[in-house]
Amino acid sequence: MSKRGIVLYLHVHQPWRVRKYSVFDTAKSHDYFDEPESDSDRNNRKIMQKVAEKSYRPMNALLLKLLQTYPEFKVSLSITGTFIEQAQRWTPDVIESFQALVATGQVEIVAETYHHSLAFFYSREEFARQVSEHQQKIKELFGVETKVFRNTELAYNNELAQWAEDAGFTGILAEGWDPVLEWRSPNHVYRPTGTESISLLLKNYRLSDDLAFRFSNKAWEQWPLTASTYTSWVNDSLGEGSLVNLFMDYETFGEHQWADTGIFDFFEEFIGSWAGHEDRTFYTVSEAIAAHQPEGELSMPRTVTWADSERDLSAWLGNTMQQEALRYLYALEDDILRTNDTQLIHDWRALQTSDHVYYMCTKWFTDGDVHAYFSPYDSPYDAFLYFMNVLRDLRYRLHAHHGTGGLHG
Amino acid sequence: MLGWELPPHNSGGLGVACYHMSKALAVAGAEIDFIVPYQAAHAEIDFMRVHGATPISPLERYGLGAYDSSMKLTRELGKADIADMHDMRGVQKRYIQFVEQFVTDHDIDAIHAHDWLTMEAGVRAKSLTGAPLIVHVHATEYDRSGEHFGNPVVHEIEQQALLLADRIIAVSAITKSLIVQRYKIPADKVEVIHNAVDIDGFVPHEYDADTYKYLAALKSEGYTIISTLTRFTVQKGLTHFLKAAARASEKYDKFAFLLAGDGEQRDELIRLSAELGIADKVFFTGFVRGKQWRDAYSVSDIFVMSSVSEPFGLTALEAAHYDNALIITKQSGVGEVLHNIFRYDFWDIDTLADQMVGIATSPALAGELRQNVKHEYAKLSWRDVATQCMDLYKRMKSGVAT
Repeated sequence: MSKRGIVLYLHVHQPWRVRKYSVFDTAKSHDYFDEPESDSDRNNRKIMQKVAEKSYRPMNALLLKLLQTYPEFKVSLSITGTFIEQAQRWTPDVIESFQALVATGQVEIVAETYHHSLAFFYSREEFARQVSEHQQKIKELFGVETKVFRNTELAYNNELAQWAEDAGFTGILAEGWDPVLEWRSPNHVYRPTGTESISLLLKNYRLSDDLAFRFSNKAWEQWPLTASTYTSWVNDSLGEGSLVNLFMDYETFGEHQWADTGIFDFFEEFIGSWAGHEDRTFYTVSEAIAAHQPEGELSMPRTVTWADSERDLSAWLGNTMQQEALRYLYALEDDILRTNDTQLIHDWRALQTSDHVYYMCTKWFTDGDVHAYFSPYDSPYDAFLYFMNVLRDLRYRLHAHHGTGGLHG
Repeated sequence: MLGWELPPHNSGGLGVACYHMSKALAVAGAEIDFIVPYQAAHAEIDFMRVHGATPISPLERYGLGAYDSSMKLTRELGKADIADMHDMRGVQKRYIQFVEQFVTDHDIDAIHAHDWLTMEAGVRAKSLTGAPLIVHVHATEYDRSGEHFGNPVVHEIEQQALLLADRIIAVSAITKSLIVQRYKIPADKVEVIHNAVDIDGFVPHEYDADTYKYLAALKSEGYTIISTLTRFTVQKGLTHFLKAAARASEKYDKFAFLLAGDGEQRDELIRLSAELGIADKVFFTGFVRGKQWRDAYSVSDIFVMSSVSEPFGLTALEAAHYDNALIITKQSGVGEVLHNIFRYDFWDIDTLADQMVGIATSPALAGELRQNVKHEYAKLSWRDVATQCMDLYKRMKSGVAT
């Protein structure tokens, strides 16, 4: 029988934020992602450098140290193409530090769409192209093949699992959401309905969110959380299964939870206390799948994500602005691709990153919980306004390229 | 309660705010004597006692120009002639005398004075009775005069009263910061209590398509109607509004701009719209009230509040009620309580133009703005305002002033 273990999976991402781009920029300048205000939160360079300092550098140093100290320590990472582009441009040492992690042989890279997009729900062809583009980039940068897939925002349904199986993936990740699981535990491997061979790993959201969301919350009754308490929770949770899947944003470490919350020391102590025991270990996502047979079949006909209390796509596609923005964007697909204009295609794809429509989410504004609105824009309406002005510029460039077609306002 | 006007004898938002606040305070248990500077029956007001302090009619009082910062004022109240009821200072002097007599004859717990017009009376009442003075600032002289210093006499009246007040209520954070910065009042003496809106009080309104027939025709051809309803004074930032209108029209031509109201800047604005080459897109209604006023909101798609300095700006909430998307300057207090709106700095015409074009060209954006802002203003209630005021009165009564 296989050992019980932790599957730690961290998601690394930065979007290309659109600058304050007005209708007077449309058809004049195409520098959508170059915010001139250097201290604006729309300034991608500033954000990259800030998060590198607070999170990527210290966390990668810690991960490397832990990987070298504990040979059984394993980590899985998904790293978006939009992150890689920005890191290569402004913080190349961060790329090197990720390469050093992968070179230990204890780190697995997880596949996803290069542009962190919701293309699966709009265009299967474009979706498949973005997954391939990501695989190539990972191969080029880290020299490895990806075997396990995660979709943007962990947006998952049965159809996606079937697609991933057909595309040759051995595993796929999703949220371990109670209404779907009912009496079952997220601490097992499952087989998605309608598939033959692919395995499904489910996020243990309680234990994951203890770190990602609650760690520094002083109003939380468990604050301050110690490594030994957390170790015992993970151990107790394993009583009902073989794996604890801790899935979260990489930026939890140092950015969402700042260093002064003690998150780095906590993490080091936790990994150290888990290591060195005969009856427990760590797994990468592929190792977890190889070591454990599916416990049963699991069906998710409706899309489940890892976001909000609803665990659906409402934060991205919940209002008409978001729907309109993406409908217009994907409507350009054929015309954009047949230009063979690399820059134009790149810009179009960079606009597919889910963060853009997330910034247009109004549900917190209408609920009155404005503080939940994390965005570099003053309001969802500003985010939409700039995005639409950019979209018109894309149309203008298409029009100029093909010399045909209207501009549709 | 010392005020200058109550509906229906009001020239602006001050009277409306005083009315609703008093009504909610009465419900909350306050017993109110409300002193106005004119004689008129307020038959519909049964929740408080309204007293007229002078023999003038409401109409005569309009003529005094309480909101015109360029009016001539005698500095010395002593020199004012209480027989001259065409002079603002004369009327104020009579008002003060009435208030002095009133507080001597009656037992009062607190004096609540609204704006500069009644501030001197408030100060006198405090010195005669020792009752705490609460000065409620709906607008300062800086707001009324645009970017200029304003009338020095009015400024001095405000300065004295703000210094002598036990507590100050500002209708927005913008107003509070003016009081703190321009009048050098300690910030902890000033509380922000935002105005509310009485949704039930909005007259059920059937839009009359005949009122703005030409605009309605444009609308049916797909034009977007952008309106502003206000007094045409420097404070309202309308020259910036017109420049933005011209800028927006460079990018999108199906716009019509409705400027409803009247004021000292009217001729300048008409001239400017011609200079900008958009005279055929700009519609001046002149002074509107009642049905024409509400029809203006109804015909409009986007309401802009372009004020250089606006303590609150109740009209924005009325416009939202009549299905307008809102664009409001960052210098307007009402923007502090709304999130489902566009905001811009009053001088930033490119941003305003961008927002106009954005709404006009996206049904989704227009629809989301219109719907979502309704959830917000519906939550603003005069009952909450009254609760905050009652709490303040109680703290003052028990001697805990701050």
